[in-house]
Amino acid sequence: MTDTNELHVEGLTKSYGDGDPVVLRGLDLTVPTGALAAVLGPSGCGKTTLLRIVAGFLRADAGTVRLGNRVVGGPGVHVPPERRRIGIVPQEGALFPHLSVGHNVTFGLKGVDRPERRRRAEEMLELVGLAGYGDRMPHELSGGQQQRVALARALAPRPQLVLLDEPFNALDSALRAGVRADVRTALRATGATAVLVTHDQQEALSTADLVAVVRDGRVAQCDTPQDLYRRPADPWVAGFVGDAVLLPGTVDTDGTVRTALGTVPLRALPEGNPRTGTVLLRPEQLRLTGPTAQGAVRGTVTDVCFYGHDAMVTVAVDGHAAPVGIRVAGPLRVRPGEETGVRVLGEGTLHRDGCEPTAL
Amino acid sequence: MPNTPRAAPRSAGASALASAPAEASAAAGRGRFRTFHAFRTRTGRRPPLVLLVPACVAALFALLPLGYLAVRALERGPGYAWDVVADARTLHLLGRSLGLTAVVVAASLVLGISLAWLTVRTALPGARAWSVLATLPLAVPSYVAAFAWLSAEPSVAGFGGAALALTLVSFPYVHLPVAAALRGIDPAQEEASRSLGHGPSATFLRVTLPQLRPAAAGGGLLVALYVLSDFGAVSLMRYDTFTRAIHTSYRASFDRTPAAALSVVLVVMTVALVAAETRTRGRAGHARTGTGTARPAVPLPLGRYRPLALLWCGAVAAVAVVFPLGTLAYWLTAGSSAAWDLGGLADTAWATLGVAAAGAALTTVLALPVGVIAARHRGRGARLLEQAAYAGHALPGITVALSLVFFAVRYAYPLYQQLPLLVCAYAVLFLPVAVAATRAAVLQAPPVLEDVARSLGRRPWQVLREVTVPLAAPGVAAGAALTFVVCMKELPATLLLRPTGMDTLATRLWTETGAGSFAAAAPYAAALILLAAVPSYLLGRHRT
Repeated sequence: MTDTNELHVEGLTKSYGDGDPVVLRGLDLTVPTGALAAVLGPSGCGKTTLLRIVAGFLRADAGTVRLGNRVVGGPGVHVPPERRRIGIVPQEGALFPHLSVGHNVTFGLKGVDRPERRRRAEEMLELVGLAGYGDRMPHELSGGQQQRVALARALAPRPQLVLLDEPFNALDSALRAGVRADVRTALRATGATAVLVTHDQQEALSTADLVAVVRDGRVAQCDTPQDLYRRPADPWVAGFVGDAVLLPGTVDTDGTVRTALGTVPLRALPEGNPRTGTVLLRPEQLRLTGPTAQGAVRGTVTDVCFYGHDAMVTVAVDGHAAPVGIRVAGPLRVRPGEETGVRVLGEGTLHRDGCEPTAL
Repeated sequence: MPNTPRAAPRSAGASALASAPAEASAAAGRGRFRTFHAFRTRTGRRPPLVLLVPACVAALFALLPLGYLAVRALERGPGYAWDVVADARTLHLLGRSLGLTAVVVAASLVLGISLAWLTVRTALPGARAWSVLATLPLAVPSYVAAFAWLSAEPSVAGFGGAALALTLVSFPYVHLPVAAALRGIDPAQEEASRSLGHGPSATFLRVTLPQLRPAAAGGGLLVALYVLSDFGAVSLMRYDTFTRAIHTSYRASFDRTPAAALSVVLVVMTVALVAAETRTRGRAGHARTGTGTARPAVPLPLGRYRPLALLWCGAVAAVAVVFPLGTLAYWLTAGSSAAWDLGGLADTAWATLGVAAAGAALTTVLALPVGVIAARHRGRGARLLEQAAYAGHALPGITVALSLVFFAVRYAYPLYQQLPLLVCAYAVLFLPVAVAATRAAVLQAPPVLEDVARSLGRRPWQVLREVTVPLAAPGVAAGAALTFVVCMKELPATLLLRPTGMDTLATRLWTETGAGSFAAAAPYAAALILLAAVPSYLLGRHRT
């Protein structure tokens, strides 16, 4: 057994054939031992291809996959899936319909005698909160339960790495949060490194220790959820991981930036000290004030969307073409058409113009 | 019961072929599709040797008759073969075969489309029952239909009798796909046409019928294939077509080249038909995707045409189902004193069961690797393997039999007129049935399960044994049962290849009918229908 379960992926390239678009273009990713990383990206960004290459079901055109100190895929090396010690949890669980829950869980245990298998199955089922379900058949379980069994099955042979392919997609939203939390707890308990593929930014931010945003076959940014949200690498990432207010701005000598919403302090200046750029703020950084309040910018409410836990108020501001979104917690006191003031709290991030994803 | 739109095992194979490229392109991993689809991709992965080697053996086995037939036909030089082909008598036969085919196809189209429309789209009383009745003739072998008509009225023999018997057994090949297509058409289109000022008949002609064309064309081509390959009905009706001429020529002469040359012409014609059928099927499939009906159409009231519609359905059911069964019942009772040779019947039935079981077993074993590869692997190699296995789809039974006879006489004389050769002929002929069933069964099992098994430490052959085969087993077994039934009913290859002195129910029925001893033939026909009905019944229960 190796003492490290780090996943290290370097320079992965993959296209499915002549004339087909390139899916991965030099993707790099490192997931430290025991961490749960989310690979987040829009449909078609190559995240599932990445997963299949890591699992060994596909061969990359170039690049290497290292697990601990073993190279499992690379030039001239292709360890078949059954020898990689990588567990997978597919969408909708994919339990073997002809085997009982217990036999599903013990499917990957080899060279283990019967009492030990039984013990291990019970232990795994307990871990995912399904103790005593071993004799059921998969079709007798709900979708969430099937998903938990799939996780137990993947964890039973003590893999170095677990890959989860949008495992919560098929569950309805009420169930999702619960299963998600259970999966996280179970993964933590076993200490396996895990990679979760998803296109749901909320899922990625709330579940993972580390989020890699994939765009056009490359990792656009890999950071902790907080840093990703607060310090996105570019406006595209900012918009992908959450609602963003993007404003053109001019940098002042004191490290602040002038925008249509007033002067905003910056977290850090981007490289090259540009004079102008795009300022990113989050809707929860904006506050509604009275129309004449000091330090506020005047605007007109154009729309109000109420979500229950909070609301999104859209305000048209002088000097900026697109209306800005403002997240408001608590009771709403404005209606469309009313005059209001807007004030910025906290710091923004400045992004150089011309580094839009299309220019990559 | 039969909510399966697939017309018959043969068409199932063809449609399976046609849908493969669409799936492959959908799974090509462009990623616009949900990841589940990408997990199904099998881009560029070579099948494991445990599958590849036996699949290649099966493919070569299926191609052997075709290849050897060509060798044999050209043995005396292409000039001699050409003389046979270009002979006036051959052209005459060609005309007769094509004429019979054209008449049967036209009649089947009329019967199949009218019944499909009446049962699916109108307020016909008992529509469901009529629909089931319209599929039953599929279970009647052509020679049983011929027996029924000949025994009732011997003067029917000839073109008319052959066309009648063949139409009444093959029109379900049109009825089934057309009925399925009718169910698939969005009624909103017809409503739009009505609201734009077209009456019901104009709407049917201008909106509905054009959309039925792919289904009707596919069904019509299947009927054509059936007629060209048929031996039982034309031989009993003493109407000379290619198949009967090949049989006569083989029996009558020591020079086997003419039989081989005629067989090659027949094979060329059937191959062309199969190719045409596959193409229309591909297009029909594309036309259907995405239409998925939101709601069923409102049945059209028949009004004062109701008695007429009922009369029409009743008449078809009477001649296609009631009449053959009635004739059979008549001969069973009327001829009881003459022909109840129970011992002989039991021996023949037993021999039939044995040889059909052997045929089904060999066919299923050969089909397994090909079916798995066809379901799980893309690429030129996999496609070639599958298409090779489908060779029997294009080969009339008589040509396969002839080719195996030639082959055995020259290279494997101890096998000549021995059971193994007959079993091999069954395997070549019905490999498409079993491959289609296996492929469909394997496709039902999500491939992601195999990925999971690999990730849990199983080698490819272990995955096959522990996951793929157990999951596909019910479908494979159904395919084996279907193969068993078609083996039992097979006539021309059995006639040529059976060991001397051995009879199956089919050959015995053919001999007795040919000799005009209808009362003696009847028990064999009844036994055949009963024995064939058991697996069919089990299959129907298994599916529901």
